[in-house]
Amino acid sequence: MTGPAASAAGNPLADNLLEVRGLKVHFSLPRKSPFAPAPKVHAVDGVSFDTARGATLGLVGESGSGKTTTALAVMRLAPVTEGSILLNGEELVPLSGEALRQQRRHMQIIFQDPYSSLNPRLRAGEIVRAPLDQLGVGDRESRDDRVAELFRLVGLRPEQQALFPHQFSGGQRQRIGVARALATQPDLIVCDEPVSALDVAIQAQILNLLRRLQEEFGLTYLFISHDLGVVQYMCDDIAVMYLGQVVEHADRVSLFREPLHPYTNALLSAVPSADPVLRDRASRIRLVGDPPSPIDPPPGCRFASRCPFAEDRCRAEEPALRTIRDGHRVRCHLVTDDGVPPHRASATA
Amino acid sequence: MSALLEVRGLSVEFDLKDGTVSRVIDGLNFELAAGRTLGIVGESGCGKSMTALAIMRLVPVPPGRIAEGAIRLAGENLLDATEARMRDVRGNDVSMIFQEPMTSLNPVYTIGDQIGETVRLHQGLGRREARDRAIEMLRAVSIPAPEKRVDEYPHQLSGGMRQRVMIAMALACQPQVLIADEPTTALDVTVQAQIFDLLKELQQQTHAAVILITHDMGAIAEMAQRVVVMYAGRKVEEAPVDEMLTNPKHPYTRGLIACVPHLEADPALERPPLMEIPGVVPSVAELGRGGCPFAPRCAEAMDRCRQDMPPETAVGEDHTAACWLYPDAEAAA
Repeated sequence: MTGPAASAAGNPLADNLLEVRGLKVHFSLPRKSPFAPAPKVHAVDGVSFDTARGATLGLVGESGSGKTTTALAVMRLAPVTEGSILLNGEELVPLSGEALRQQRRHMQIIFQDPYSSLNPRLRAGEIVRAPLDQLGVGDRESRDDRVAELFRLVGLRPEQQALFPHQFSGGQRQRIGVARALATQPDLIVCDEPVSALDVAIQAQILNLLRRLQEEFGLTYLFISHDLGVVQYMCDDIAVMYLGQVVEHADRVSLFREPLHPYTNALLSAVPSADPVLRDRASRIRLVGDPPSPIDPPPGCRFASRCPFAEDRCRAEEPALRTIRDGHRVRCHLVTDDGVPPHRASATA
Repeated sequence: MSALLEVRGLSVEFDLKDGTVSRVIDGLNFELAAGRTLGIVGESGCGKSMTALAIMRLVPVPPGRIAEGAIRLAGENLLDATEARMRDVRGNDVSMIFQEPMTSLNPVYTIGDQIGETVRLHQGLGRREARDRAIEMLRAVSIPAPEKRVDEYPHQLSGGMRQRVMIAMALACQPQVLIADEPTTALDVTVQAQIFDLLKELQQQTHAAVILITHDMGAIAEMAQRVVVMYAGRKVEEAPVDEMLTNPKHPYTRGLIACVPHLEADPALERPPLMEIPGVVPSVAELGRGGCPFAPRCAEAMDRCRQDMPPETAVGEDHTAACWLYPDAEAAA
């Protein structure tokens, strides 16, 4: 199934758990001279997306593209410079103090590294229990029951509560991280590279667990990964980010079947593949160099400096994020209105 | 096709704290010809990196030792070589690209000094010639403005550039064998693709034999012609890459291929749960308990698997596996 999200994009009637509009996160750097303006890192620069309840939105892009900062800003863990974040119809940006703390119950996060994200001095049960204590969910006795239930849910035994993190394997530790995220019965869970620190054989266990829990509790995931195979498997919708902006956004089938943005195509081309058809695809694009610095980005399309199809217009004028067809949006001058991407136009010309 | 590098019956042992001995590499055999790439895959703790260290004779002694076997480089058994001879071999005939470009470069020397060091040591070049050689190598690995970069320190470079510097260092003396231990783990896919292209291009020029250690079957498919799958210090399967991907025999290999969601050009709407390999790799203390080491995690394990170690046997043309599922195994053994 394409999930409810396939029809959600651009549909005002869809049940969106999360609506992000014009989100910006800028960080100021120290001035180089007392007269020059302070340089700014445009980590997230005008990001908008919707996520349907019960669906998974994938954020992909190279390091430095702003995917993690976007997710942290949604959780109000990175300072929001501008924009609006609606969770369950509630505006999060102006909240602070106790009001924000109460909202945190509805959004939780699973971190990348199950070694550094668990306090080594706390027992596993205390780690999973912490959000319940912090947010004052239920009374003492109901919390005990809840923690035992959470252990069972993620495939651990309740008696393992008494163990310390170092007594678990990497996969089990990530299960503790998942249990902690589930504790307050959140609606939204940010999964920030949840399997990239795990061994290949263990990744499948965690991915299957995340999908099972999603189905059981109707969870909504914001899923960050650099592994496009994992993203394709887990996500209903995918937003491709480049230097703080969304450059393409589509449901999983259209994104992978017909990538429109040259950057998306380059990302897909770069994945080493066991499939000879994918490997020998004629439209493979190889990127040269690293992404440019997000400090005071130049005018025009941010990808222009690495794009093999870039024209003068691309370097001068910033392209808007346009809707090409049902829910497939792209930020590129060269994609035609009927959805012919530049790599195909040049292949047929 | 004569082998440039030949590993025969290699076993590496480690003394454990409780006084017992653990065989972390057990009877490993493979060979590699000039200009070819061999992939070694498996989970962490399967002995992939230890194999690389053994070939370089860098196994920490004590507590470790190379207990048995032979490692022949162009006919010379490196296990009989003196330490002086090994210093000559390392970096010159056999060199290695390590996993972490952040930690394998020295932060207090310029990258020019670090690349130049190998050629000064091995080829007796002077300071100025070594610097010229370093610039030449940086250009070969496509680092922009190499004349400027040569005087920079590792922290001034991006992760992708640091890995290029590692490759430049490893190739500066034009080694016959290059061991790349997870060379792209810490890098973005786009940078990984650049590094792989670069390695292939340089390999064509220098005709080096490459051992690529990774857990990514996709990377193996792109880079290697042959692949060895390791589990708990043993080779469980070996075949040409396409044969291995289309016709894997050992349950562990099948699991490794099926447990990873592979990127598809035309994804199916249905997404069945991924295949899981239950459990974890045995720890060093659990090795050598008799029987097939994979048996506790294997869905197809039989009584025999828990008692006897399966030998390496032919399961197809140019395709071997060590598994009791193949009854011919006994006849061929």
